Amino acid sequence: MDMPAPDPAILARKAEIVERLSALLPSDAVIHDPTETRAYECDALTAYRCPPLAVVLPGSTEEVSKVLAACHAMGVPVVPRGSGTSLAGGALPTADSVILGVARLAEVLETDYENRFIRVQTGRTNLSVTGAVEEDGFFYAPDPSSQLACAIAGNIAMNSGGAHCLKYGVTTNNLLGVTMVLMDGTVVEMGGAHLDAAGLDLLGVVCGSEGQLGVVTEATLRILRKPEGARPVLMGFDSSEVAGACVSDIIKAGVLPVAIEFMDRPCIRACEDFAHAGYPDVEALLIVEVEGSEAEIDAQLGMIMEIARRHDPAELRESGSAEESAAIWKGRKSAFGAMGQINDYICLDGTIPVSELPRVLTGIGEMSRKYGLGVANVFHAGDGNMHPLILFDANAPGDLEKAEALGADILTLCVEVGGCLTGEHGVGVEKRDLMGTQYAPADMEAQMRVKDVFDPRWLLNPLKVFPLEASASRRAGLQDAA
Amino acid sequence: MLSPESETDLAEAVRAAKGPLAIRGGGTRRHAPEGCDPLETRGLSGIRLYEPGALTMVAGAGTPLAEIEAMLEAEGQRLAFEPMDHRGLLDTEGVPTIGGVVAGNVSGPRRIQVGACRDFMLGVRFVDGTGAVVKNGGRVMKNVTGYDLVKLMTGSHGTLGVLSEVAFKVLPATEMTGVLLLEGLDDDGAVKALGAALGSPFEVTGAAHLQKGTDGAPVTMIRLEGFEKSVAYRAGKLQELLSAFGDFTVETDPERTTAGWRYIRDVVPFHNREGDVWRFSVKPSDAPVIGARLGAAELIYDWGGGLIWALSERGADLRAAAAPFEGHATLVRAGAETRARLPVFQPEPAPLAAISARLRTRFDPRGILNPGLMG
Repeated sequence: MDMPAPDPAILARKAEIVERLSALLPSDAVIHDPTETRAYECDALTAYRCPPLAVVLPGSTEEVSKVLAACHAMGVPVVPRGSGTSLAGGALPTADSVILGVARLAEVLETDYENRFIRVQTGRTNLSVTGAVEEDGFFYAPDPSSQLACAIAGNIAMNSGGAHCLKYGVTTNNLLGVTMVLMDGTVVEMGGAHLDAAGLDLLGVVCGSEGQLGVVTEATLRILRKPEGARPVLMGFDSSEVAGACVSDIIKAGVLPVAIEFMDRPCIRACEDFAHAGYPDVEALLIVEVEGSEAEIDAQLGMIMEIARRHDPAELRESGSAEESAAIWKGRKSAFGAMGQINDYICLDGTIPVSELPRVLTGIGEMSRKYGLGVANVFHAGDGNMHPLILFDANAPGDLEKAEALGADILTLCVEVGGCLTGEHGVGVEKRDLMGTQYAPADMEAQMRVKDVFDPRWLLNPLKVFPLEASASRRAGLQDAA
Repeated sequence: MLSPESETDLAEAVRAAKGPLAIRGGGTRRHAPEGCDPLETRGLSGIRLYEPGALTMVAGAGTPLAEIEAMLEAEGQRLAFEPMDHRGLLDTEGVPTIGGVVAGNVSGPRRIQVGACRDFMLGVRFVDGTGAVVKNGGRVMKNVTGYDLVKLMTGSHGTLGVLSEVAFKVLPATEMTGVLLLEGLDDDGAVKALGAALGSPFEVTGAAHLQKGTDGAPVTMIRLEGFEKSVAYRAGKLQELLSAFGDFTVETDPERTTAGWRYIRDVVPFHNREGDVWRFSVKPSDAPVIGARLGAAELIYDWGGGLIWALSERGADLRAAAAPFEGHATLVRAGAETRARLPVFQPEPAPLAAISARLRTRFDPRGILNPGLMG
């Protein structure tokens, strides 16, 4: 992964830039000492690091507007940052950029149960949005694994998903409106408590634009009434193909679970060693969860278990209590942590058509042997979003590069079978150079035109999403953008 | 009339266009404006892929909606966003197409629970105003690779490009439908009742209020769908929850419940009646106040109040009558004189209007795709 050399002219103007930003914000909201900017040198893609020129932590939309207008006037690139949990390097700085963190924007602005929405500042964490309404029986549906730490700003930037999106959708399906600041400081409002756009669906294209179109400071989010109850069932199978066929049959039967999670043997074993969840030692394990009243859950699980039995499961375990439900989820929820205990790993995020599951799992197995690196699979089976974990040793020279090459091969396979490079983590820098496997130049050109319109000078998070050579003329200001 | 038979033909037709084009799916929503060469997508028809186990379908933009719905029904699935059929309301003929549905982001009563057409869209292929073929998204449920132009194209009414192919998510049809019915509520009471139902855990998939039901009295309708026992259970729970509003009856006859929601979906009460038709998207709890300001002949509330259909005297500016309000109003049916005077779409605040205008210029530099339709 390459990043261009920082602009020496900007580096030389650091003192002037810091002074100008300091005049706009409280003194503790501008960080420029190299020992302190180091805390912002990477996000959760820790393989790549670079301290920024400076960090600003504005406390209001107005301050965000002032900072962006100033950086725009000075021609300084800005990298927006939520909580820094991106696995794709979405918040990775460059030495000539200013990090704009939204961490100080964490207030709940309005809660409206009658109309079922909450309006928050976007530095607020995902889980604390639900936290603000759950005593009253409501919740915010998208639930990325990092929900304890990740910010709504980042969720919007990456259009984050989660385990329960089979039923509730991802961020874009739960986002009703935003307040966003454009790179030139203009504040715009899109959407609100009403549904759908008056004109073009700008909100739809802002969500998932990886902080390249504007900095979202406030969001109106759909909240839902919590279901009366939920219950999982655990199924073990002797082959991944059979598990995949079972998933397909459940969906075809017209039952729509809230979650269908899949783990393969390497992952099951690691989780078992780590969390002692009592998982069976099988080739493939499914956790299927349904919601509703007790009677509704009984009826749905009855149908699901009936389908599972037709596939001759090695294990079929319905939760009989809250404790048993927690035990079933315990291993899955600790999957990434468990893998981290035994190895360094890269977490991939491709999505495939569910029907291609057996073929892709076979392919991954072959590639894993070819590269001599282990791969454990854990993923959201209902929607085909795979998270293969490539295991490697960060201390072994060349291992990271080998793991990245294997990752690229796996993602290319996902695209070849009709899938995509990233289902919920985003492109960032991590998959930037693979964009060409999924999109032709004209396809990327169409996307870059959108950035031209929102950020004509390409100052906002400019080195992400698009391959550097594809965006070079725009970043250099050679192309008349918009 | 241009009628390309393939995406390549379509691209060639757009590239070769000498003047403005009026993009047409099945022609059920409007007629070509004067001075535009009609370009219809009828030739880009056919279901390209259908995987019931993956809840996914891919179809040419010109594929008749009826063909799609028939194929889904055979597998016990459906387009959950329940697109309306405009023919009765607009007194048009033609065949609704999936491309037309997507271009208009057309969604019906179930939008309140499952989302709009845009929420079900997985991928698009289109030809932009320069004649370039562009694809975005794909055919998988979760996809954040690059920008979501799928959303941008959905509801862009052909002004950014001509859709050639769309991929979308479908859902299982449900075993049965139960509708809670209550007569006699005023608008305010009805919107409160619908709000309470939508704020419950009982998964309401339709929440509408007619000022005049088929027998002339106001009727409030709440829809539940699912397995038989589940519908019965939730109907009972909702009746308890809403007991302060009156005694609901429960209708479960399949033909009657289907017809009842078609009646709302297609705005049947306003068919063959004199006057303009407006469509307001508002914050649901604001609906009764906004509704009262409109001075309309009759109102229909859907989406728990979030959607107001208004029948008004010809030429009246209901958008001005409602102002100020949060949301947007679309002039769905009106004569040419009124359409010339009042914008069909809600004018946007200046910064958004500027962004939209620049997007149109970037995607259609010659300004030949449905020019003037959206602003």
